[in-house]
Amino acid sequence: MSIVRPYGDTTGDGMVQLSFTLPLPHDKVADGAALQLAQKMGLDPAMVVHSKPMGESFTFFVVYGRVNHLVDTSLVQIVERDYPLLTPKEVNAAVKEGLRRPMVVVGACIGTDAHTVGIDAILNVKGFAGEKGLEYYQELEVVNLGAQVSVPDLVETARERHADAVLVSQVVTQRDAHLINTREMAAAFREAYPSQRRPLLVVGGPRFDEHMADELGVDRVFGRGTTPGEVASYLVHRILAKEIA
Amino acid sequence: MSLLDLDPGAVARARDLAARVGTPIVDLARGHTTVAVERATLRIAGLGGADPDGTPWVNHLADAVRNALAADGGLAHGVSLPVWDALVRGEADDLATLAQKAAAGSVSFRLPTGADAVAAAEAARADVARGIAAIDANRRTREALLAEIGDAPRTPWIYLIVATGDIYEDIPQAQAAARAGADVIAVIRSTGQSLLDYVPEGATREGFAGTYATQENFRLMRAALDETSRELGRYVRLTNYASGLCMPEIAALAGLERLDMMLNDSMYGILFRDINPIRTFVDQRFSRQIHARAGIIINTGEDNYLTTADAVEAAHTVTTSQLLNEYFAKEAGLADWQLGLGHAFEIDPDLPDSFRLELAHALLARELFPDAPLKWMPPTRHMTGDVFRGYLLDGFFNLAGALTGQGILLVGMMTEAVVTPWLSDRDLALQSVRYVLNGAGGLREDFQPSPDGFIATRARRVLAEAIGLLETILDHDGGLLDAIADGTFGLMKRPADQGKGLDGVAVKSGAYVNPAIDLLETTSVARATSETASGHHEGER
Repeated sequence: MSIVRPYGDTTGDGMVQLSFTLPLPHDKVADGAALQLAQKMGLDPAMVVHSKPMGESFTFFVVYGRVNHLVDTSLVQIVERDYPLLTPKEVNAAVKEGLRRPMVVVGACIGTDAHTVGIDAILNVKGFAGEKGLEYYQELEVVNLGAQVSVPDLVETARERHADAVLVSQVVTQRDAHLINTREMAAAFREAYPSQRRPLLVVGGPRFDEHMADELGVDRVFGRGTTPGEVASYLVHRILAKEIA
Repeated sequence: MSLLDLDPGAVARARDLAARVGTPIVDLARGHTTVAVERATLRIAGLGGADPDGTPWVNHLADAVRNALAADGGLAHGVSLPVWDALVRGEADDLATLAQKAAAGSVSFRLPTGADAVAAAEAARADVARGIAAIDANRRTREALLAEIGDAPRTPWIYLIVATGDIYEDIPQAQAAARAGADVIAVIRSTGQSLLDYVPEGATREGFAGTYATQENFRLMRAALDETSRELGRYVRLTNYASGLCMPEIAALAGLERLDMMLNDSMYGILFRDINPIRTFVDQRFSRQIHARAGIIINTGEDNYLTTADAVEAAHTVTTSQLLNEYFAKEAGLADWQLGLGHAFEIDPDLPDSFRLELAHALLARELFPDAPLKWMPPTRHMTGDVFRGYLLDGFFNLAGALTGQGILLVGMMTEAVVTPWLSDRDLALQSVRYVLNGAGGLREDFQPSPDGFIATRARRVLAEAIGLLETILDHDGGLLDAIADGTFGLMKRPADQGKGLDGVAVKSGAYVNPAIDLLETTSVARATSETASGHHEGER
């Protein structure tokens, strides 16, 4: 089945819900304006099921309605996982056999970003989504630099520790800070290393588009919900391939 | 009335251990000074402003003194004697002129001795005393406004955040939030301000995920909220953050601009910002002394432990930190009503009995610190982007807060981890809070956990684990500093000789003088008004 439409309670009914605020006082004009917006968004028929004033000059709406749009799943593009998912045991065994030394992973939040929740979820033993973080893997040597690390400090640490991979987390996205910081980081590593020797650059955060790796100059972008196991598996896949090549 | 049947012996033992862990840290704090403490002293003495590049005059003056005396102890004597000695010698007419001259390199500083030192110390004390008097006056103004306008109608106080980056956008948002029901407005700081070694100057319109804490921003927001307080017939409190490398200066500015609450944790900067432990403890003590004097309620940061560690496994680290925060706070002169000890609703909602565990932890804090207005923080870790489920979770958070008598409730947003709160998110969140407080605010009087039931048993176990952790800390040769260094708190290892801001720390010399610390330790705000204030607060619960 490659053509679908939203499902409310009957196949093919196309029902969706949305909520929004208009900068209008709560009156019949506001309700009409909400209906108009919903219709322009393709809801037909649209029903304003709830409208409520918020202060004197704003109104909040909940709208239900039917959309006629069809979606074709065969046209959806996703980044498929192009590496096998390994258990921690398999990761350790692969590193032991393939590298014959621990794999060094340096992680940080760069720029002014002080939100270490992402990098900690991946690196801290505690982990995320029931999976232990990379510090738990015996064959991975993890250096977590924490928050607000400058790019030069990150490059220097990566050199000192002979990093195989550098993981950078970016949560704050105001003014596209996550994209600007990532490009700056990628450029600094390109400058500091000959291309064959450069560590694998991985960025992650809830607002990244996983398609943007090339554009940002990094090897991989991980989005919301990525688990430590996925990151470890990816690192093994890429770094061991590079060692063998 | 005790709901948990805690063993008074265990409670006393926990407090005793906290004092034994904390005492060497207080000694350490007394024996050191920092650039930030010295700059805060200059600010209290009336030196504000910045050069055209934005470098504050207090930084210029403190740096100039430190450099001038580099071969003779540098910061070790404090800046007060050299600075006021220069004024007494007629190098400049006032602090501002002296700072400008110092920045230009046209002043020579020395460490005065004998009669010169006495004259400098007296002059310093007179200027600093005027600043302390201004802080006292602000405290009395707050008390008068509370009496005249009225206080929040109930507890928990409803605490809402604004954070646009632009103080002129924050003001109407804060006023709207107050009109919608907020009792406390917090202006979140710009990301990264905690690691700036200076306080930005003036009204600011650009910040990242928050607005810079500056004296002028404080003044503008407090004035706007005074206006709204009168309109609403209740005094709306203002909160900011005394944390990071400029913690003592921000505390001083808060006292000078009548902020009402300040985030102020004894170890947060060490563990979560990698600020040097000694720097933090020295800055902490000074900032708490100011908060004590200013009648400011501090909010501690225990919720942060649970954002990085598991909320069940690490529950006792929260209790341990609360006990330490209480010890450090009281040593610095804060009263129970000023201790907004933190904790959070962060247990995995998929865990069986998660809500009962939350109640056990929240009640434990309530019973251990019966006179403190506890700060209750909403879920963040398990807010997944499913805003509908998040709204339910926040509702349960509100219920736990009402049921366990929390003092300050930070309103959770269903869009946590999705976007910065929208107008509608805030409105929906306040509807949830109002529903719960109206519908179940009095449920506390009917709520009596069974003495050997799940909740009471769990609470006793967490207290026992906290006692165990305090004992572990005491077993370290270097006590708390060693425990912090080896990662006893979470997985973060923070050695005492590392971390940001270490070069701004100095061991005090025998000649050290700081009139602000002397005045804060030896004088007090007019007694009559402060008794009224504490009686008033205690009467609310």
